[in-house]
Amino acid sequence: MPLTIEDVEYFAELARLDLKSAEKEQFRRQLSAILEHFRQLQEVNTDEVEPTSSVISPESILREDEPRPGLSLEELLRNAPHKDQDQFRLPPVFE
Amino acid sequence: MRSLTDLTLTEANGALRAGQFSSRELTQACLDRIELLEPSLHSFITLTPELALVQADQADQRFVKARKGAGDMLPPLLGIPLGIKDVLCVRGVRCTSGSLILGNFQPPYHATSVERLLQAGAVILGKTNTDEFAMGSSTENSAYGVTHNPWNLDRVPGGSSGGSAAAVAARLLPAALGTDTGGSIRQPASFCGITGLKPTYGRVSRYGLVAYGSSLDVVGALARQAADVAVLFSVIAGHDGRDATSADRPVSPVDCETGLDRVFRDLRVGIPDEYFISGIQPEVESALRNFLSLLEANGAQLIPVSLPHTEYALPVYYLLAPAEASANLARYDGIRYGPRLPADKMWDVFRRTRGELFGPEVKRRIMLGTYALSAGYYDAYYGKAQRVRTLIEQDFSRAFEQVDVIAAPVAPTTAFRIGEHTDDPLAMYLQDIFTLPANLAGIPGLAYPVGFDQQDLPVGAQLMGPRFCEDMLLRIVCAYQAITDWHLRKPAFTNSR
Repeated sequence: MPLTIEDVEYFAELARLDLKSAEKEQFRRQLSAILEHFRQLQEVNTDEVEPTSSVISPESILREDEPRPGLSLEELLRNAPHKDQDQFRLPPVFE
Repeated sequence: MRSLTDLTLTEANGALRAGQFSSRELTQACLDRIELLEPSLHSFITLTPELALVQADQADQRFVKARKGAGDMLPPLLGIPLGIKDVLCVRGVRCTSGSLILGNFQPPYHATSVERLLQAGAVILGKTNTDEFAMGSSTENSAYGVTHNPWNLDRVPGGSSGGSAAAVAARLLPAALGTDTGGSIRQPASFCGITGLKPTYGRVSRYGLVAYGSSLDVVGALARQAADVAVLFSVIAGHDGRDATSADRPVSPVDCETGLDRVFRDLRVGIPDEYFISGIQPEVESALRNFLSLLEANGAQLIPVSLPHTEYALPVYYLLAPAEASANLARYDGIRYGPRLPADKMWDVFRRTRGELFGPEVKRRIMLGTYALSAGYYDAYYGKAQRVRTLIEQDFSRAFEQVDVIAAPVAPTTAFRIGEHTDDPLAMYLQDIFTLPANLAGIPGLAYPVGFDQQDLPVGAQLMGPRFCEDMLLRIVCAYQAITDWHLRKPAFTNSR
């Protein structure tokens, strides 16, 4: 079933992406075609198959919890577009 | 006469050690060649000539000391100029990932792979072009312009490590790092007529690699021949406590010199039917068949194998990788790094910054991944893809019970035209059908040239092997390159310069 413009807007909002109206239509068309193509996966019987989230065998990778030197505050803030003293500066979250 | 830039990494290493020229002379020769050819190729996003010459001088001081008998053991890449794909962090050098959203980001630390190259004495010439966040098969998705294929400037170099591949093929530098999430080292290596290794997942630390698909991303090397790739691989591989998925297994040195004449004897080479589909360019198939005949004539056994779930690798990959990407790229919000587009409220800062500074392919994959992970579609898409991934991995495990390696094409065609697939994302994704399975299974893959098509574009093939068997793949291709000369050809456009 092809996506609607409302579907595209819904997923763009989940991903926090502002899309222009031409982009919405383009993505609607392209993503519909891609997802239609991917329907072929449904023909594979996976009833008895475990999912793979990583090819690495799960094993403990815990280490001793010892303090180590990290990056300085100055290094951490250096790339921020707006900062205020030792903090990232951003506009209000709520009204 | 051969110039310094015509030397392979292995030859340059020997000559530097013998004192035939200095690292500064070699580095300057690379910089001169970059100045001459880079305007036609655009293989770099950022050049670091000052840094390179400082590192070259430091290397030369160590050579001088060593010659006086006062130095320590010389490290394996001392004085060798290299390129780094612009998704790997080099401390203090702009890292864009091919995206506007990272803008002028200056990493405060080195990627582990970069740190290991530097400890091995390498000279860093610059950061090479890439599709934005390594999402692409042509380098056309870079926000900093497309890279041109040195074999034909109207063609793509492949992607996403297209900058690294084009720079190595045009002999701007002897070798470069790349990354491979779905074929991003092997396909550009193939399109540019060079050798490129995608190691086993977990073999090389991902620390300091800008994340795309974290269960698939691998750092690897591109160079003109397998012996050079082996040198880089042995430097960057190995356990790293800063990457929780890094494999804690010893890396055995790769011997690319002795016993090569015996490598093919009784080697069991699997030929998967599923990779010889209609639609494959006939010259790609015939070059691969010639490669296989040569192996057989030298004692290898060719054994048909079946990898029945191959056709599903495309949808599995293009659901799982975008799903992982949609989570990984959530961090780009205009708060901690990169430019910020102004808005009155925080959520609007996120929406505007992401909407305007991500390119179309990245937005498409974020949308696709968000869809696959969303309530209502998770089981049918993401969950299903994870289960079929298991079947793809099992196909390989079964095949490797019968054969030592699997030989396959890298891509269905040789390098396509710039702009040929840009309007049709699915057609672009189909370029990756032969490279995706190795990433999904986490196994190593090595791409190398096996011929040319009628338009003088390189044809590549790939060998895939069981996990952690990079050394076997490298030795096979070293042996092949010892008796063939496809890897020695030089793009005609660079001859006239």
